Amino acid sequence: MPEFSGTQSQSQTPSQAQIQSQAQTQPHGVLQGYDPGTMFCEMLRPGQPSHPALSLLLSRLAALPIDSLRRRAADAERDLLERGITFTVYSDATAIDRILPFDLIPRVLTPPEWQQIETGVIQRVRALNMFLHDIYHDRKVLKDGIIPAELVLGNAGYAKEMIGFDVPFNTYVHVCGTDIVRDETGRFMVLEDNARTPSGVAYVVENRHMTLRVLSDLMTGLSVRGVDEYGLRLHNAMAEIAPQSVLDPQVVVLSPGIFNSAYFEHVFLAREMGIPLVEGRDLTVENHRVWMRTTAGLAPVHTIYRRIGDDFLDPDVFRPESMLGVRGLMECWRRGNVAIANAVGTGVADDKAVYAYMPRIIRYYLSEDAILPNVETRICSEPDALAYTLAHLEELVVKPVAESGGYGLIIGPHATRAECAEFRERLKHNPSNYISQPTLKLSVSPTLTDEGVQPRHIDLRPFAVTGRDTWVLPGGLSRVALRKGTLVVNSSQGGGTKDTWVLA
Amino acid sequence: MSETIERTPRIAHLIARHAESNLWLARYMERIENVARLLDVTNTFARDADDTRNWLTILRINGDLEGFYAKHPEANQANVAHFYLLDATSPTSVQTSIGAARENARTLRALISTEMWLQINVFYTRIRALTPTDLLPDHFTAVCGMLKEGTQAHTGITEGTFYRDQAWHFYMMGRYLERADQTTRLLDTRFHALAPQAPAGEGEIDAGQWNGLLRAAAGYHAYRREHPNGYRPTEVAGFLLANTAFPRSVGLNLAQLEWHLSQLRTRYYLRGSIPALERLDQLNGTLTHQNVAELVKGRLSPFLDFVQKEIAGLHADIVQGFCGGAA
Repeated sequence: MPEFSGTQSQSQTPSQAQIQSQAQTQPHGVLQGYDPGTMFCEMLRPGQPSHPALSLLLSRLAALPIDSLRRRAADAERDLLERGITFTVYSDATAIDRILPFDLIPRVLTPPEWQQIETGVIQRVRALNMFLHDIYHDRKVLKDGIIPAELVLGNAGYAKEMIGFDVPFNTYVHVCGTDIVRDETGRFMVLEDNARTPSGVAYVVENRHMTLRVLSDLMTGLSVRGVDEYGLRLHNAMAEIAPQSVLDPQVVVLSPGIFNSAYFEHVFLAREMGIPLVEGRDLTVENHRVWMRTTAGLAPVHTIYRRIGDDFLDPDVFRPESMLGVRGLMECWRRGNVAIANAVGTGVADDKAVYAYMPRIIRYYLSEDAILPNVETRICSEPDALAYTLAHLEELVVKPVAESGGYGLIIGPHATRAECAEFRERLKHNPSNYISQPTLKLSVSPTLTDEGVQPRHIDLRPFAVTGRDTWVLPGGLSRVALRKGTLVVNSSQGGGTKDTWVLA
Repeated sequence: MSETIERTPRIAHLIARHAESNLWLARYMERIENVARLLDVTNTFARDADDTRNWLTILRINGDLEGFYAKHPEANQANVAHFYLLDATSPTSVQTSIGAARENARTLRALISTEMWLQINVFYTRIRALTPTDLLPDHFTAVCGMLKEGTQAHTGITEGTFYRDQAWHFYMMGRYLERADQTTRLLDTRFHALAPQAPAGEGEIDAGQWNGLLRAAAGYHAYRREHPNGYRPTEVAGFLLANTAFPRSVGLNLAQLEWHLSQLRTRYYLRGSIPALERLDQLNGTLTHQNVAELVKGRLSPFLDFVQKEIAGLHADIVQGFCGGAA
């Protein structure tokens, strides 16, 4: 290669990184005074085999002054706001752009841990798809009594429009987000499946880029699995499910538009896939085919990765007042002229009640035990489970299956004696409406707070992409509860996120 | 099998709505620069005895007399600056323009470069944060400078990072339409106040005023270089209307517009460019055959009215031809 001419000569001075690597462990490093107590810490990992990369990361964190971490955290926050990596909150007539708080200290998964999560998620997605195909076709799982028929057929997420309808590769859940937690022993458990339009993947990638911008010295020389493949993988899956006669299928992302709170993620997905980001008004149906309005007139659309709910997809079939969808879309899909991801009617599979049956559903279809166990869940319609729940109510969380959003549940340890007594009566009166779970001691991760670096509860949502086969993005979205003691990691409840490192 | 290097972009479809957003993104960003320059030039170079007349000029250029007087009793620096820099309800204020620019950029976020989006987003926050203090004499020039610099940074980032497929052509057409329109308005508004109505149109020359007009179009030094001997109304009008080297002349902007329209037709096979190209042909013909000396004798204003209507017509043709969405 020819040399560049006219390069300005530079004196040899040690780089910032060289200086830092020479520094001794600082007495005020960020982990000073950090004590997770009896909780499982994702960084210190008591009782787990050590990993050289993790040890190196720990020593770098220990050498990093807390002021430096705070400065970088402030930089990151400003950067997120300026880049518009935000969700929009509406109050009265004003729209406010909020960032999802980003905690700089990464969450790390070792290769064996990731192996379990990856195979576990793939297994679960397979079972979910087989379950969905079954309940919309032969209903063997119902006939064999694995899960009560009324729980499935009477479920709000069950879509009659899907009965007898075949989807390519029998894949219904093309993008799945599996919420996973860890207990005090470090055991992984699935808390929830998200099989409709799970969101958050944009933050996985953006968090990595942020780490590289503001904490690259922490990552130097460590082998961490990349996350930049997501768009490519998703696009390929979307192309796979397109009508088979099309050589170079046109895929689009369908968004409710710029006022949707998740619009940034829709932008991210379209950009990463290199495809148009459309709204319902950009699409039209003619001759049972879907077209988009372009500068050259109408152009065919073959796969729609939709980020709007089932109810809004097609006013002919679902909510007639919906302005977000495309009239006639379902009929195009039924005729095989377009593919839609995720499929309609997947909501039944990520229902709370159905969740309780997932270990049995996995065993039923795959003759395997679940690689990732559920949180121990008792189905109160079963006599043993009811008896146990009644006897241990003070230690358990009891949830009604039909409700969502935390209504009508009781958290035993936080309830008064009178509340427990009253709840027992309700439970006995209608046991099949309830499931019970132990209260969890979620794992924690060192997190920057006003009081220094403190243990905060954390979960993980890996993203699985399925066309013909399933691929899982290494890592996932680690959500962290920023308030002390709180177990809720939702972004609406003051939760933040962390970069998730899968070590190679 | 040997593969050749792909030199041209593959023909990816552009959503019709996004094409229109590109036009508007460019236009709104141009407007911010124009308003900032006009305010700055008026503030700096047009502080003669008739202060009100000078500030009125900006309002006339933007067609804002009625809207302004509904809110303010008098045209002076404080009121006009408030109207254009702080008033989010005024359709021509920088607040309105940056809000609309950002909304279009948001619509186009998957298409424009991340650097374009980031800069617009930061610029938006900066403009929204302007306060009455920024209008005071000791801040005002700096604020106008910040606004010009922000839009010029946008222009530079766009030049350096925006992928030049269909979307870029629409963006550029928006920019040229806006520039041509602004120059026509500027000339129309200022010329009559300046050019003596003497038969030859070559009477007494108020050099300061001419120089203000040229500065408002960012063309003062270029004009000096072109015409070192002084100001003649015909030459000023000719320079702003037709000079092919001046970035804001009507003629140059129409020529660039034509190039983009032709690209869309020949490289992307878009038939939607035909009505706009035909209108442009006629407009160019009219401009070429104009006798400027005749024009400045009093027919300039109706002529500029005609040009402005044709520029609006071009925008409408483009929207109709490409963004109507009909098959």
